[in-house]
Amino acid sequence: MQQFFQALTTGLADGSIYASLALALVLIYKATEVINFAQGEMAMFTTYIAYALYTHPHFGHTLSYWPMFFVTLAIAFAFGVGLQRVVIRPLEQASVLTVVMATIALLVILQGLAAWIWSPELKFFPSPFPTSTWVIGGVHISKQDVGTFGVTIACVVVLWLFFRFTKLGLAMRAGAVNRAAARLMGVRTSWLLALGWGFAAVLGAVSGMMSAPTQFLSPTMMDAVLIFAFAGAVLGGLESPIGAVAGGLGLGVLLSMLSTYVHVITPELRLPVALLLLLVVLLVRPAGLFGRVVVRRV
Amino acid sequence: MRRVPLGFLGFAALVVAVVVTPLLSTHYRTFQFAFVGIYLIALLGLNILTGFTGQISLGHGAFMGIGAYVTTILVVDHGWNNLATLPVAGIVTGAAGLAFGLPATRFAGPYLALATFAIPLAFIGLLKRFPHFTGGTLGKQLPPLRSELGLDTNPSLWIYIVSWVVALGMFAGAWLIVRGRFGRALRSVRDSEIAAEANGVSTARMKTLAFGISAFFCGVAGGLFAMAVTFVNPDTFPIDLSILLLVGVVLGGAGSLGGMVFGALFVEFIRITWGPALLDLFSRVHHINTRAPGSSLVVYGVVLLLVLYVAPAGIAGLVRRLATGRRSVAAWAKPHATPAQDQA
Repeated sequence: MQQFFQALTTGLADGSIYASLALALVLIYKATEVINFAQGEMAMFTTYIAYALYTHPHFGHTLSYWPMFFVTLAIAFAFGVGLQRVVIRPLEQASVLTVVMATIALLVILQGLAAWIWSPELKFFPSPFPTSTWVIGGVHISKQDVGTFGVTIACVVVLWLFFRFTKLGLAMRAGAVNRAAARLMGVRTSWLLALGWGFAAVLGAVSGMMSAPTQFLSPTMMDAVLIFAFAGAVLGGLESPIGAVAGGLGLGVLLSMLSTYVHVITPELRLPVALLLLLVVLLVRPAGLFGRVVVRRV
Repeated sequence: MRRVPLGFLGFAALVVAVVVTPLLSTHYRTFQFAFVGIYLIALLGLNILTGFTGQISLGHGAFMGIGAYVTTILVVDHGWNNLATLPVAGIVTGAAGLAFGLPATRFAGPYLALATFAIPLAFIGLLKRFPHFTGGTLGKQLPPLRSELGLDTNPSLWIYIVSWVVALGMFAGAWLIVRGRFGRALRSVRDSEIAAEANGVSTARMKTLAFGISAFFCGVAGGLFAMAVTFVNPDTFPIDLSILLLVGVVLGGAGSLGGMVFGALFVEFIRITWGPALLDLFSRVHHINTRAPGSSLVVYGVVLLLVLYVAPAGIAGLVRRLATGRRSVAAWAKPHATPAQDQA
């Protein structure tokens, strides 16, 4: 039973990281039907920026963890908006496939740049949470796991509040449902897409900074996380933000349980298992567990 | 059909170039050109999927890897002749492609690409998990390359001949695949899935078949690759290779078979010759260490972006424009009318 609860908390912590990146993917997909392949790499790159803020003195002093965290989120937002304006916007009239290719190009460029600037060696990234554990009824619960889960879910909730209760959030949702109609209502849809990229980058930055302490910082650190996030998003239904969060959390718990109880599944097999799960879900429910079948009018 | 004569002339020119090249090249260059043939096979396959059927894949480097491992295991552990392994490498990889494509092609376009992104990562994981079969992280060593079939040539020329005989044969095969009714069905999936379905084309079936065919091509290419480098390990087929193959297809001209020759030249020479030279030029202007790791990735990405902005039809599109005086946009890059979307 202790083993079960430990696997559960670790799974929820991992899952919350997948969930935030899955939500970032769904955010951009809902607005533009484009999958942003560079999502993981944007997260990785902003985490390197956080690392630079933390370790190298800027203007004479380094930042401590939490100021660094929030400064990084602001930088990530500007970074996301900037990428959309500079790289993606010129392709606004092009096909979805072309835009997807452009995000693949971004993925390659960001990964290359990170290796170029900071070298591909693994780097240690600090965690704001202590490495000690709480012991509740014989169950060891890592404070780091609880902290990761808390921070990530807090960001998701803040984003949800924004979309639900602000006028800008309403405009963004309107733009996602029907772009042409939103435009006719006076919503500047082009800028909303940039905002969407900004928020997605912020979510990415959170997932990057939360996964870096356990994974170490490297230019390829988010490759696998992106796949897990994608698998989570598919599990939950690609069109559903709540589904993405639930799918990400569920996948984290499932993988953690599998590696605890099924000994055939070594860490190398985590990714193949996630891939297999993805394919099975698609066979059984092509629209995901929470998704609805979309009917298109021609 | 104005394109047919141009295509025929192009193929004749390719055959002549293939015959003449080794006469003018050093052993090292001949060896490099052998790889151009190998990449050509892989790009032809990926192009059937991406250029003709409109599905992006970021996993075809791993399909090359499967082919390479099939060849290696058959030669090293079962004593096969390496030429005889090539069809098996193709068929096994093709079957793997079909098995993956069957569920995965239920994805809408961009999502398929993200699922394929997992293939290279999963492939490397599997290789390391079953070391008694694959050699694990250390990989496997093949016997050195020797000329066979009564030919007495140096190894570079031998692998050049084998690669290009196979490549030209598969070029003709690809042409047969994309020209007739079947090819039209593939293109209809790319241009409009709704229209394709309305005309009785099963889009899921066509995508799955295209996936299997493209994997077959990559498997053969991978088998040849293993023969040429005589060594495979999990690092031989990184995700970078899959991305580079995709860049090669787009740069050569997605949807054009002849364009893949340019793509293959790019894939081989950007890695070893052009990329570093370009970066060295850059480093003379700015004092940056351009030999640092990661710099080559930046070059691939920038090239891909430039092609997307400047010449979405790739080099093939530019050549066709020179030859016919008409500006053409790659069909796969044309903006589609976005149908109004209703959620019911």
